[in-house]
Amino acid sequence: MTQAAHQRVANEPCQDCLVGFGADKIREDFPALRLKVHGKPLVYLDNAATTHKPQVVIDALTRYYTEENSNVHRGVHFLSQVATQAYDGGRNRVRRFLNAAHDHEIVFTRGTTEGINLVAQSYGRKHLGTGDEVIISAMEHHSNIVPWQMVCDEKRAKLKVIPITDAGELCLDEYERMLSDRTKLVAVAHVSNALGTVNPVREMIALAHQRGVPVLVDGAQSASHMPVDVQELDCDFYAFSSHKLFGPTGIGALYGKTDLLEAMPPYQGGGDMISSVSFEKTIYNTLPYKFEAGTPHIAGVIGLAAAIDYVEAIGRKQIAVYEADLLAYGTELLSAIPGLRLIGTARAKASVLSFVVDGIHAHDVGTILDMAGVAVRAGHHCAMPVMKRFGLPATARASLAFYNTRADLDALTKAIHKAIEVFA
Amino acid sequence: MSDLRELYQQVILDHYKRPRNFQKLEDANRHAEGYNPLCGDEITVYLHMDGDVIKDISFQGAGCAISQSAASLMTTTLKGKTKAEAEEIFTKFHEMVTGTAGDGDPMELGKLAVFCGVSEFPVRVKCASLPWHTMRAALEGKDDAVSTE
Repeated sequence: MTQAAHQRVANEPCQDCLVGFGADKIREDFPALRLKVHGKPLVYLDNAATTHKPQVVIDALTRYYTEENSNVHRGVHFLSQVATQAYDGGRNRVRRFLNAAHDHEIVFTRGTTEGINLVAQSYGRKHLGTGDEVIISAMEHHSNIVPWQMVCDEKRAKLKVIPITDAGELCLDEYERMLSDRTKLVAVAHVSNALGTVNPVREMIALAHQRGVPVLVDGAQSASHMPVDVQELDCDFYAFSSHKLFGPTGIGALYGKTDLLEAMPPYQGGGDMISSVSFEKTIYNTLPYKFEAGTPHIAGVIGLAAAIDYVEAIGRKQIAVYEADLLAYGTELLSAIPGLRLIGTARAKASVLSFVVDGIHAHDVGTILDMAGVAVRAGHHCAMPVMKRFGLPATARASLAFYNTRADLDALTKAIHKAIEVFA
Repeated sequence: MSDLRELYQQVILDHYKRPRNFQKLEDANRHAEGYNPLCGDEITVYLHMDGDVIKDISFQGAGCAISQSAASLMTTTLKGKTKAEAEEIFTKFHEMVTGTAGDGDPMELGKLAVFCGVSEFPVRVKCASLPWHTMRAALEGKDDAVSTE
């Protein structure tokens, strides 16, 4: 495969990459994909909710609990050193995955939600005051809305919302007009979980930086689908979750630029986040430990590192190219179904097919698809403002990963036809 | 997919597409709102009570086939029933959709027996019971919106 082929953008499928990808072989690495539901082979199309785990991740967790289990940064004994090494190695793995400049810029969290809450409570509470503004967008997940509402309420600051078009794209002109001296932070999804829109975050970050405003990127839906280079994006914060990246639940990471993290107060107090404690004064630990109170999710970090190794071995560029082809195929199939309307038709999209069918509620679609073994999400996708924007109570959403195939999308299409037949 | 037809019986689909008593009741003296935050289903149940008797009942709302048809069939069942009778039917209906009914014959519930397939779909039980919980709130004269959560 030529270097040029790798450098193609995600929306231009490259035949070399598609032929060499081998999703069928990849599927063998995921035990859950061999499951049957309601007597039918599982067709798992709910990857935006969570992804399945490859055997190497499951093995890494088992190995840790079997052979390495110990607390980190505490003991002089052998096992503690093994665990500490594996844990710190996980941080280094995440740094390289995001191309952050330093290991200490990676803070482990419970997931994207906790990463955003950390920034809202630490950075937000310190810097927001009466009349200040935080800018988010109309396509945010509740996890990138509510933490900002909470801190804005407390600080009498205002939440400004970038509107979206009927196609599900951000109105960038509006965004540019919103940026002002009152803006203290911009928080925006890299990829929308409900619509699949890939937002032009690099451009948005550049615009914010012109006014000295830092930007948090919600990477929950982007980390597994495309290369992410935080230095190239020049984002100030980037949060993602392990479980949407083929790793364990309950672990994720927040990237923050050193100078910002240094100046931020701790988020939670406890062990590991201190250098010394007395009843008169506590001296906080250095980065990143200042933000990691308590015994961390050691197994989670080790599992996440294994997941990243797995994803990187396939290659995120190759994944992006393969998934773009799959998305184009699915879009074509679904668009041909009478009475079906795709919600979210942005020019730049990733791996999400959100749709409604005339006369059939999304929950009924979800149930009928499930009976055919096809797992999709039906509902508001924790993005109720997006649903309201499109005047819908709910949509059905098929979301793809690199282990999905055209056959999965054929099964989806067949099941949707079945739903239409039942409701005819 | 026999299970599917069991859930989506023709009667259910018929009431979904052509809901009965789907209007605001102008002379209602009780009403309540119900909401399922999980899926966004919402319903308002109107009652015209004459003493202890449900003289008239209607509903408005939006949601899936199960919740809308359950509401429609509930209104056709309860018109003319007393409060005590409505409570009794609710209890039997609830036992049926949650699969906790004893040896009783589901046919006792008449048309409502079409919802017996719901018990096989645990995540859909709330859809079928939302209209009934809302009706009970209206009977009790509660003003707070009912939520399934």
